[in-house]
Amino acid sequence: MSELLRRYGPTLTGAFVLLTAFWLLMLVILPNVTLFEASFRPYLPVTEVGGPKDFYSFGNYMKFFANSTDTDIFGFNLPVPIHVKIFFGTIYFSTLVTFITFVIAYPLAFYLAKVVTPKSLPTLFLLLFVPMWVSEVLRSFAWWLILAYKGPLNAVLQGVGILDAPVRWISGYRAIIIGLVYTYVLFMVFPIYNAIQSLDTNQIEAAQDLGSPWWRTHWRVILPHAKPGIASGSVIVFMLAAGSLLVPALLGSPTSLWFTQTIQQWMLEAQDWNTGAAYAFLFLILCTCFVSLVMWLFKVQLTDIAK
Amino acid sequence: MDDKMRRTLYNIYMGLFLVYLLVPLGLMGGAAFNDSRLPSVYPWKGLTDRWFIELWNDSTMWTSFANTILVALAVVALAVPIGTASAILVNSISGRVRSVLYGIMVAPVLAPGAVIGISTILFWNKLSVPTGLHLSVLGQVSYIAAFVMLMVLARLQSFDQNLEEAALDLGASHGQVMRRILLPHLYPAIGAGAAISFFQSIENFNVTLFTRGTSQTLTVYVFSKVRSGVTPSINALALLLIIATLSAALLYEVRRRRLAAVEAAREAEARRAEEAGVL
Repeated sequence: MSELLRRYGPTLTGAFVLLTAFWLLMLVILPNVTLFEASFRPYLPVTEVGGPKDFYSFGNYMKFFANSTDTDIFGFNLPVPIHVKIFFGTIYFSTLVTFITFVIAYPLAFYLAKVVTPKSLPTLFLLLFVPMWVSEVLRSFAWWLILAYKGPLNAVLQGVGILDAPVRWISGYRAIIIGLVYTYVLFMVFPIYNAIQSLDTNQIEAAQDLGSPWWRTHWRVILPHAKPGIASGSVIVFMLAAGSLLVPALLGSPTSLWFTQTIQQWMLEAQDWNTGAAYAFLFLILCTCFVSLVMWLFKVQLTDIAK
Repeated sequence: MDDKMRRTLYNIYMGLFLVYLLVPLGLMGGAAFNDSRLPSVYPWKGLTDRWFIELWNDSTMWTSFANTILVALAVVALAVPIGTASAILVNSISGRVRSVLYGIMVAPVLAPGAVIGISTILFWNKLSVPTGLHLSVLGQVSYIAAFVMLMVLARLQSFDQNLEEAALDLGASHGQVMRRILLPHLYPAIGAGAAISFFQSIENFNVTLFTRGTSQTLTVYVFSKVRSGVTPSINALALLLIIATLSAALLYEVRRRRLAAVEAAREAEARRAEEAGVL
């Protein structure tokens, strides 16, 4: 701090501090405190705010456990509240999406880092970056077109003879998973690429010279080295997938709600901002827990992920 | 499996992945030319330009477009100074305070957009600020500033602070040190940060959806179109946006290659000069 003052003087240092304070206080900390506080208050007409009905309670959170439906869990028919079901569905399918993107991305990252000739790398990166810069809404729209009942995918599969009758792709969670994997797979490729790239190629060659088959080289040498990259890729993809609203809204069906959609319903359709706040807060907690768990499991720091 | 075969397999895999990435975009763009009420390339009903004309005459699209650009410019104008200032600040402190501050700065990047949007409207609603695009700007800045911060912070690692020391010793004012020494070193990072901020803002959907009030931006417009009566004019818009992205990427790549060539030539020159000196 004194170092800053000495170099840039009081005016500039003051400006740095003010700008940072505006960001962290007005845009990050206070809005989240407000969210937390509002989530415990009932939703009331403007005239009754601050009146006798306006007290703190867990009422908004209890709505989470309302409206049970019978659900089949490992063969048992149990009543599960509809929002709890959506909540865990979102976690489950986001984890699945994260796993699929990892399976697709790992060989690709390895290829980019160690196999391909460095000369063609810039062109490849350019080709990979273009879809990433195309808006998410358009990428989901593209799959909405492809997966349509009378769309090109069914036509091609029927033409080749794989399918006898067209498949209704956009039903259940199927199309959401396809859309999410497509939209976020590159966020898995680049962190793993960065991690593998820093591995000394001599180590791979040493393993091969000592007679290690290719799968053991990957398992014992390359995968352990890529762990920070895998962790940050997983965290990013999971957060983006769980937090996505576009893809589930475009590629979902009435039977496949995403948790962000329930938040949206409270906020924009029911106009009940307080319950919306409670749901948003629950969601934030879930995400924080998941990220902490992954970071703890893989022993990585927030600093590594932000790279 | 020998080395050559494995390499071939990898090449095929890479090729398939590129097909997987690019074909959906191509199909979407291609449908813009299909003379069919429903946006699709199949069945093909003949070439037409009417979807582009419909798009051109769509006044909602133009307002959304203008809004998107305005919001993006406002986000750049806020996120760049905030990100730069906080990077300089974080860089000057160390220890526990630094990691806490850093954590708070980076956390919004991982926070779901819906949560950012809701907390933004709740907070500003308390200060009697109504919803609208101005809140979209503030909500977006809350996480986009972190991208700028990270880029400037990375650039600061290669900064030689002795230069500032020398300037101060030679009697430069604080403003001059900032303007003439620190900022010129940071310009590449600031420029890249501004570009990232601009694109992130254009792409944003989640934060905007909750904060926008009744205004539209392009992403929200496309979204509502797809959900309620889509026509291939959306494909026309998509194609134009993809072409714009592609041109920007190509321009960047050409510039990068030229700079690299200049750099290589300069290095070769230096090596030759050195060799001549040795002889």
